[in-house]
Amino acid sequence: MMFDRRLALIAPLAAASLAGCGINSVPTAEENAKAKWANVQADYQRRADLIPNLVATVKGFAKQESTVLVQVTQARASATQTVLKPEDLTDPAKVKQFQQAQGAVSAALVNIRNITESYPDLKSNANFIALQSQLEGTENRINISIKDYNEAVQAYNTRIRTFPDAIGAKIFYGAKAMTTYTATSAGAENAPKVDFN
Amino acid sequence: MAGSMLTRFRPYSIWGALCALILLVYAFPAFAQSFPPLSGRVVDAANLLQPDQKAALEAKLAAVEQATGHQVVIATIPDVQGYPLADYGYRLGRSWAIGDKAKNDGLIIILAPNNPAGQRGPRIEVGYGLEPLVTDAFSSIVASSMMTPKLNAGDISGALNAGVDAIAAQIKLTPEEAAKRTAELSAQQKKSKGAVDGGAFLFWIIVFFVVILPLVGRMSRGRLHSSGMGEALLWTAVNVASSAIGDRDGGGGGGWGGGGGGDGGGFSGGGGSFGGGGASGGW
Repeated sequence: MMFDRRLALIAPLAAASLAGCGINSVPTAEENAKAKWANVQADYQRRADLIPNLVATVKGFAKQESTVLVQVTQARASATQTVLKPEDLTDPAKVKQFQQAQGAVSAALVNIRNITESYPDLKSNANFIALQSQLEGTENRINISIKDYNEAVQAYNTRIRTFPDAIGAKIFYGAKAMTTYTATSAGAENAPKVDFN
Repeated sequence: MAGSMLTRFRPYSIWGALCALILLVYAFPAFAQSFPPLSGRVVDAANLLQPDQKAALEAKLAAVEQATGHQVVIATIPDVQGYPLADYGYRLGRSWAIGDKAKNDGLIIILAPNNPAGQRGPRIEVGYGLEPLVTDAFSSIVASSMMTPKLNAGDISGALNAGVDAIAAQIKLTPEEAAKRTAELSAQQKKSKGAVDGGAFLFWIIVFFVVILPLVGRMSRGRLHSSGMGEALLWTAVNVASSAIGDRDGGGGGGWGGGGGGDGGGFSGGGGSFGGGGASGGW
């Protein structure tokens, strides 16, 4: 009788304290960060999908610029091969590898943008203008999804390192901190300015 | 934002203050920027529009939502607080939560008249869900070729109307039709390059001032005291006027505002989110 009553008191208390230890909130935050990562990758894929068309269009007007075109094609090929699985997000080295591969694509695209200045026919080509706007939009999307991902990672990392969720994170999940993403590349100065004021 | 949050929680004493503090800490990145309040479908914070122009646009946008189910909003922003327009735009969209929460099908047309020339927009900010219809390429055509020339000529209301008309026609379509229309417009762009800003443009300016403005003005003056019916009439009139002069197909089918009732004061976003889709013009 006494025991039952005590149990009845303890059960919800235990449930509450488990919930307080991040039994739910830790995986939720983790899945959120992984989903945001999926968006980053989707946006990079979107950019990769635009490149063959871009190369073909530029080639039509600026055949002699083959070095730049080969460069972007190669950068794209190696970037599409560099896949970063969600579970590797806790590995800074793998994240860095991915960053470098995508950074090479960004740099190559900047070179393409630079050579187009000397081809007025190319610049006024409707197909090229459309591609240009799509590329700009995609770069914009990439920046935003990276910001969203970093915010999600920050929230997750804070959660697994602070009381009380840190307890559950350690005991149940062995949670490791995820790596934030920085889009550093030779073309970084061309990307929209990020201002955290 | 922070101030109002605190005052709202004050009655709940310590817990309220604690919660507010936690909320503040978590919400900080999102609220670091301030946005004009979403006062209606046309938030003319930079005071670019005459009252009758604003009313006409609001009615048009209400009709667009009636006809297509998608929320389209216009914002003129006096100060983008140092953010690039595209960056400001998606934050504004998320803050206002334009579009349906499940579909994320909102769209905002943004002008920033106090930015340096060339960076004043128009920015067409497209919610995730509308991206298949209003692609970057399409947004770019609307922003650069349809709106920017009018803005350069000082016709702000005309530019906004042209933008809304083109977008309203696009978001009625299926993705396949939308892609086709974009391709057609892009091809047109190629053919009539240069011709657009010449005689044809002057013609539309004249049409706008002689036909549409007086009509809109007259109708919106009559609208002041009526609600849904007047709005519907106004929209129909604008629609008839624009189709009569051979414009694109307006916002589509009637748009009886009667059932819906309140726009303006009672308007709010549906919870939609934005991810950077869209394009900017070079006004």
